[in-house]
Amino acid sequence: MEKLSVIVVDDEPGIRSGVKRILSGHTVSFPFMDDDYGFDCREASTGEEALEMIEADLPDILLLDNKLPGITGMEVLEILQQRNLDIIVAMITSYASLEVAAKATDDGARDFIPKPFTPAELKASVDLITKQYFLKRITRTMKEEGKKIRYQFLSVLSHELKSPLNALEGYLEMMKSRELGESMQEYDQVLDRSLHRVEGMRSLIMDLLDFTKIRLERRDDKIEQVNMKERAHLALATINPLAIQRNISISFKGEEDLVFEADPGDMDIILNNLLSNAVKYNRDGGSVEMRILKQAENVEIVVKDTGIGMNEEEVSRLFNEFVRIKNRLTRGITGSGLGLSIVHKISELYGGHIQVDSKPDMGSEFRVILPVQ
Amino acid sequence: MGEIKKKILLADDDPDQIFQVSHHLKKWGYDVVAVESREEAERYLESECPDMAILDLMMEEEDSGFILAYRIKQCRPQVPVIIATAVTAERGISFDINSSENRAWIKADHYLEKGFRMEELEIIIKSLLK
Repeated sequence: MEKLSVIVVDDEPGIRSGVKRILSGHTVSFPFMDDDYGFDCREASTGEEALEMIEADLPDILLLDNKLPGITGMEVLEILQQRNLDIIVAMITSYASLEVAAKATDDGARDFIPKPFTPAELKASVDLITKQYFLKRITRTMKEEGKKIRYQFLSVLSHELKSPLNALEGYLEMMKSRELGESMQEYDQVLDRSLHRVEGMRSLIMDLLDFTKIRLERRDDKIEQVNMKERAHLALATINPLAIQRNISISFKGEEDLVFEADPGDMDIILNNLLSNAVKYNRDGGSVEMRILKQAENVEIVVKDTGIGMNEEEVSRLFNEFVRIKNRLTRGITGSGLGLSIVHKISELYGGHIQVDSKPDMGSEFRVILPVQ
Repeated sequence: MGEIKKKILLADDDPDQIFQVSHHLKKWGYDVVAVESREEAERYLESECPDMAILDLMMEEEDSGFILAYRIKQCRPQVPVIIATAVTAERGISFDINSSENRAWIKADHYLEKGFRMEELEIIIKSLLK
């Protein structure tokens, strides 16, 4: 059990010891908290003493009486506010001082415990404060993690965009200083490579657009009855030129009237990514098999290739952003490293998931499973 | 009689980087052995010894360049090694080759961030091969 540290500030010893006694045996639990919270109570009889104790060891919660012999509770609150300390404060106050209550709220007090109070009233207030404390802590962690992920994403992204820019700049410099001679023909290879890198950058940007799209709120107005066979044929037509170039045959099996309630754009992204990977990471003369079927309460999209496959370690990293499997066999294959991470996210968005079955040199089978609502 | 050309091992998995850097190295009068992986570089090093190596950091592994630099320095400490990489931007960490601690570990004589200018590379090579 985690213990929250509490300082109770009151000039009446009876109140201090009463609060301490009540809280020492009290625990707080909420269904959404992993662990119960208990309380460690310290006592201060004046505002000055409380500030010294806070200075020495920051408490989580401060129970603060307003009428104190030296500086008032309100003044303590103001000082805490100025120092921007991370403490949840509840004022112990009598019903009469409504003005105090209003001002204290302005200065950051979270709750009021009216004096005199019963043990049950104190506990109820402390329960509320604890819940606030817990939520505050969760929001803070989530914010920090979000920041870290955004930072990593951006730094990797900048690298992915910088590499092709470096290549392009190098080629342009070569042309500018006529490195390969005066004849335009000498630059054919340089131009081909430049165009290739531009194409890579374009596909990265397209993937990024897909990526930002799925990160936003879902738009219900885009959901419609999607004919999966139709979408599959669109995706097959897109990948076909590349497959023909490399003599890769693609077969497709799909139920005639298989309809799935979805955003057709999302289904296109899934189908295009799976198919283009199956062709890109295949061997020349290989084959790709795509099936879309209804299994129990799910729609399954299965894409199987005869490509280079992956080992377990490679599969485990596969769905992370910007991960590209780098080895002798994947050299020269372009990609943003975002495709599968996008497919993974979309599958989850529909309450589904993605499975991979892969062996080096044997090929891979990807299976996207989407529950029918 | 002409001078014997100095031989430079160039390892990078980006074919464009290989194309551009080799072109300039040849123009400056060096012999170039270009390889696209750590594996290939190690095979070359089994039987041959270059006068200098320019290594990309990330090839098959995230630290292929370090592994290669270490292999080279282990048996041929006199061969200068340049590590060229964009890793600072990629991982959000910047390591400083100037600190003696890092220098000892990385075993490279110079560190270049990719996107470097060819004039810069020429000056560094000349000073390392003096």
